[in-house]
Amino acid sequence: MTFLQLNDLKIHFPTDDGLVRSVDGLSFQLERGKTLGIVGESGSGKSVTSLGILGLHKGGRAKISGEIWLDGEELVSASPEHVRSLRGKKMAMIFQDPLSAMHPYYTVGDQIIEAYRIHNNVSKKVAKKHAIDMLGRVGIPQPDRRVDSYPHEFSGGMRQRAMIAMALSCDPELLIADEPTTALDVTVQAQILDLMRDLQRDFNAALIIITHDLGVVAELSDDILVMYGGKCIEYGSADDIFERPEHPYTWGLLGSMPRLDREVTERLLPIKGSPPSLINVPSGCAFHPRCAFEPRTGGKGSTLVPDLVETEGGHLVRCHLSREERRDIWATEIKPKLES
Amino acid sequence: MVTYIIRRLIGALAMLFVVSAVTFSIFFVVPRLAGVTPDDMANRYVGRAATAANVQATAQKLGLYDPVVVQYGRWVKGVFVGSEYDYGAGVEHCPAPCLGYSFVTKQPVWPDLVDRLPVTLSLAAGASVIWLVIGVSVGVLSALKRRSIFDRGAMIIALAGVSLPPFFTGLVALSLLSYGLGITAPGGAYVPLSENPAQWAYSLILPWLTLAFLNAAAYARLTRAGMLDTMGEDYIRTARAKGLKESKVIGKHGLRAALTPIVTIFGLDVGILVGGAILTENAFSLQGLGKYATTAIAANDLPKIMGFTMLAAFFIVVANLIVDLLYAVVDPRVRLS
Ligand SMILES: Nc1ncnc2c1ncn2[C@@H]1O[C@H](COP(=O)(O)OP(=O)(O)O)[C@@H](O)[C@H]1O
Ligand code: SF4
Ligand SMILES: [Mg+2]
Repeated sequence: MTFLQLNDLKIHFPTDDGLVRSVDGLSFQLERGKTLGIVGESGSGKSVTSLGILGLHKGGRAKISGEIWLDGEELVSASPEHVRSLRGKKMAMIFQDPLSAMHPYYTVGDQIIEAYRIHNNVSKKVAKKHAIDMLGRVGIPQPDRRVDSYPHEFSGGMRQRAMIAMALSCDPELLIADEPTTALDVTVQAQILDLMRDLQRDFNAALIIITHDLGVVAELSDDILVMYGGKCIEYGSADDIFERPEHPYTWGLLGSMPRLDREVTERLLPIKGSPPSLINVPSGCAFHPRCAFEPRTGGKGSTLVPDLVETEGGHLVRCHLSREERRDIWATEIKPKLES
Repeated sequence: MVTYIIRRLIGALAMLFVVSAVTFSIFFVVPRLAGVTPDDMANRYVGRAATAANVQATAQKLGLYDPVVVQYGRWVKGVFVGSEYDYGAGVEHCPAPCLGYSFVTKQPVWPDLVDRLPVTLSLAAGASVIWLVIGVSVGVLSALKRRSIFDRGAMIIALAGVSLPPFFTGLVALSLLSYGLGITAPGGAYVPLSENPAQWAYSLILPWLTLAFLNAAAYARLTRAGMLDTMGEDYIRTARAKGLKESKVIGKHGLRAALTPIVTIFGLDVGILVGGAILTENAFSLQGLGKYATTAIAANDLPKIMGFTMLAAFFIVVANLIVDLLYAVVDPRVRLS
């Protein structure tokens, strides 16, 4: 049985301005010990997806449909109380900005102790010892002293380590990291990513890393899911996405990765325009207003929603261009530019 | 933390000094701007039949011709060691702490203020507890049940509460509950707490409610806004992601942060209130500090007005100090900065 499986997950928010289709028919699978990277520009529905898996939209105004299977249990139809009991224990989450994600009035230790004691019936003393252990494991020096510090007394990188310690305190089987390095300095980013890779090996958890930056998931991910306008537009192994990408949007993402051999601000093939509104999603292929290859699909791009189709060995693409056209464009028009 | 406390204490002392100096100068300068001369003031002390020479001699003796700095120094000295008011025809003794001596009632100001304090303190204590409890609970419920009928109803009442002056709500409550239905005591029926606690509460319930209504309304609005803010914070999402029960998410993580500004404002409001709830005390004829002040103003009794103002300022400075210290206890970030 697959450990985590999403089937046609939809999360829509009715608002005064109209229905926001933040997640619109998302499906994927993930096994224990594997890492999935979810990539897309901001506003593509990544965070809503992760909060949805944790059941944090339950009881709100969100309309949720589809299925989320976690270790044999379906979570969309499960009671909020049951999903709550899984949160923090079976599945845990790391957030983007560790400063705002930690409570300013409680010490780092207290917040880890709280997380541990929700799911483990132990004394404060035992929990504190565990918190110190966890802080040590994520590489915080002098954890027995730092355990009594407040979040604002930590540096950004240390805070994110503490956040990771908190998320891992109950030994979760699924860990979701939503933009875990976006708020950090470049040098610290690499350290945090290394740490996550090591810890995942130790804990043998299923890991989802969410980011708007393909570079972040390049080394960590087994599989990568590219999201656009609430939908998956390309899915494949890391090799598929980096060596044989077939979707014009993925090409754009690859082209806008900052490159170490150039000025950090210089991006090769920036994607023109801005991400789509999720209230008035463009007709047909949601990417068509920004797509340079739209004319080559004979008008289908703006009228017909393309299906997510397998191109080869688990590599899925949502585009009207034929497989041959895509491979041809990649080989002759895109790849040479990226390598120049 | 210790340096923080010491810094605040020194700050509060400096503040008291500044406030008293400014208050003193105002009471010194304003009458003169209105055309009152030292002779006019001395006139009050010597009686109607005095000659001009008499008056001037008295003014001289009382030091009314001295520059403001000298007079302020004398006043401060009086606070610590007491004063003698020698006006020629006799010497009035004003023991420390001497906040002034009223020649209208021929009494030092301080004992009067001490006399009035229990009434005002009782009023402030009861009212503040009521408004804090009601205001915060209504605010929290409103925020959690946002846009519900409860929320809308509560906010309309709260709007009325903050817009209506207490003498109006006080009179309405008085005529309705006391004279109309006879449930509560009429105005002016204060019974000291030490005499009979039940009667004490009964005699004050109406002023409490009147005063509490005004502030509960403001606190409900504040709490609601604060709660809506904090419940949208990232750390609330984190608390939920840990699997914390919603009641604890609200109480331990949401309310704790939302209450911090409320505590601050509460401290200041109580400080101001202890200085005399002028409108409410007048509406209910309670002989507290506020009523004392209005009477003094009506009689143009300057030493009393100033003594009252100084005491009120003192309470506000002390309240400020307590709030600052509380703030550091509640929010660890404050201790460092
Ligand atoms: N609670 C909500 N109510 C209405 N719209 C929401 C809500 N949460 C997210 N959205 C919308 O869903 C879209 C996707 O958001 P999000 O998942 O946060 O994007 P990202 O990929 O940057 O993480 C955004 O347009 C956002 O405005
Ligand atoms: S379907 Fe058409 S518009 Fe959409 S990505 Fe493919 S080529 Fe571009
Ligand atoms: Mg996001």
